[in-house]
Amino acid sequence: MAALLEVDRLSVAFPTATPVRELSFAVERGETLAIVGESGSGKSLTALALMRLLPPAGRIASGSVRFGGEDLARLDERAMRRVRGAEIAMVFQEPMTSLNPLKTLGAQIGEALRLHEGLSRRAARARAIELLDLVRIPEPHRRVDDYPHRLSGGMRQRAMIAIAVACGPRLLIADEPTTALDVTIQAQVLALLDRLRAELSMALLLITHDLGVVAQWADRVIVMYAGAKVEEASPHVLFERPLHPYAKGLLAASPRLETTRHYRDGPLTEIPGSIGSAARERGCAFAPRCPEAVSACRAQVPALTFAGEDRLVACPVALHTESREAPSPSIADAISTSSRRGEVRRPVL
Amino acid sequence: MSAISRLAKALRRALLSAVPTALGVVVLSFLLLQLAPGDAADVMAAEAGSATEETMAALRASFGLDLPMLERLLAYLWGLAHFSLGFSPRFNMPVAELIAQRLPGTLALMGVSLALALVIGLALGAVMSAFAGRWPDRALSVVALLFYSIPGFWIGLMLIVLFAVKLGWLPSGGGGAIGSAATGLDGVLDRARYMILPGVSLALFYVAIYARLARAAMLEVKAQDFVRTAAAKGLSPAAVTLGHVLPNALSPIVTMAGLHFGGLMGGAVVVETVYSWPGLGRLSYEAVMSRDFSVLLGVLLLSSLLVMAANVTADLVQAWLDPRLERAS
Repeated sequence: MAALLEVDRLSVAFPTATPVRELSFAVERGETLAIVGESGSGKSLTALALMRLLPPAGRIASGSVRFGGEDLARLDERAMRRVRGAEIAMVFQEPMTSLNPLKTLGAQIGEALRLHEGLSRRAARARAIELLDLVRIPEPHRRVDDYPHRLSGGMRQRAMIAIAVACGPRLLIADEPTTALDVTIQAQVLALLDRLRAELSMALLLITHDLGVVAQWADRVIVMYAGAKVEEASPHVLFERPLHPYAKGLLAASPRLETTRHYRDGPLTEIPGSIGSAARERGCAFAPRCPEAVSACRAQVPALTFAGEDRLVACPVALHTESREAPSPSIADAISTSSRRGEVRRPVL
Repeated sequence: MSAISRLAKALRRALLSAVPTALGVVVLSFLLLQLAPGDAADVMAAEAGSATEETMAALRASFGLDLPMLERLLAYLWGLAHFSLGFSPRFNMPVAELIAQRLPGTLALMGVSLALALVIGLALGAVMSAFAGRWPDRALSVVALLFYSIPGFWIGLMLIVLFAVKLGWLPSGGGGAIGSAATGLDGVLDRARYMILPGVSLALFYVAIYARLARAAMLEVKAQDFVRTAAAKGLSPAAVTLGHVLPNALSPIVTMAGLHFGGLMGGAVVVETVYSWPGLGRLSYEAVMSRDFSVLLGVLLLSSLLVMAANVTADLVQAWLDPRLERAS
């Protein structure tokens, strides 16, 4: 069975830049796929491109987005509107500004229901109360007539989630859903998302820069840097032994992953330089900041290569060191068969 | 706090501030009008053509114009305290009655103009913001600038030349067909025909203002996150604009509309004169020309009350539109 969502060599272009380049990934039914990367790595634009909600200047320059037998990148606007909110829904980063201040929660939740499922005002209101209850907002009967300014940030994000899951989408894209929230609320909201994913049998595309979130909730993780995928693995594999120097740097800069290490035990490392250095790079975008870069890195964009079952990395140097340390025939085979094509697909499991 | 108690509180506050404001308006207008040369007796004598000193003195005495200024002011205020606006020497009837005759015409004209200005202005603003920076936006900006800069009386005259004289579609002035006894729908349609040209002349200036305001406000709202949320629900661009962008962009426009009410009354003087529309504006023009200051004072007092009422209404509409304002009051 084909994956729920298959993104193939997707590029997002603006007049002056191409912030997402040749990005490929797939989301399986019911799984949680996390995309991590720093600000400017193109992860939010990827999410908006999937919804075809890019800012006016941006456009999908090439590539395809296969979803339910259709290519969303080429769907006409009217058909795309039937997908948005009904098949793919999205939760945004800023709960404080993502709700219309002049409409009640009930009206905002019911809007999609009335549009996609043709419910009457009364039926939509009843469903809105159920949905508020589903996302654990207390006193849903009263809250349904409340305006957003009466709610705390965490409650607003729950209401946003209620809006998103209202029509039972098959894919929920959550773009940094907890970045604007308190830490205690973050865990609650993520737990809610994970519960809904299971209960409503949705897939969850979780976009975040928080590696702690990835470790706890993701089934698979994609590390993005400067608009390209540099590593893909399951979280425990990635956190145990990151291959790409950027992933290594990210993990080394993160305090909570290794229980043995704490910020009091010594300074956290940082990745030197900034993502802006990727702009004029012809080879690997990370090369200017990379401690392991060799001259070949700057000549050519490194291809994504299998580094073990269900694991991809776009760094020949790391792969070379890896295979020397832990030689494995499966890796060697994968390299020899896939590196010629430049881009590889996930193997059918 | 419930909506009704909120409303009552706002109204009480408005009434309390209305009394001193109206008093100030009356006293100030009274004093300013004393600066105008001549009085009603002069005008009447000039029209009669054969006035003597004695008849003029008798006229002045009968209207109370021979008293000292302060005494006249106090007498006027005393009358006001008893809800009397005085007597018009020129029209030979009580001022209140005269104003009551003319008020509906002006209110209808202003209401139609304001409604036209808001509807057309919002529509133009919506189109301009949808095409921001492209040619429809630029073309409409030029049109708005024209509306903004052309004086109302000239637009009035040109509309008369085009629609009444050349095309003969609409009447050139007046408040209804002479001798028409039409009632019901026919009567309304007849009145509406006479209202189109003056209403449009008065509205165009405000169309320009609301179009620019709406454009700016809608562009600002469109950039907000909740508009993206609405689009992510699968709503069509029209549904997003009508359901989410427009209501949020209305706030500055409502505030301005409340403030414009006074300006609209000023504009009505000119437009009613051009179209010989039987309203307060023309009445005040006639009152000035005949130095009938009791009528003018009455009109000014009423206008100030209307402007205050308009501002309270704007506040109430604002509070109704925006649930967040409940905290402020």
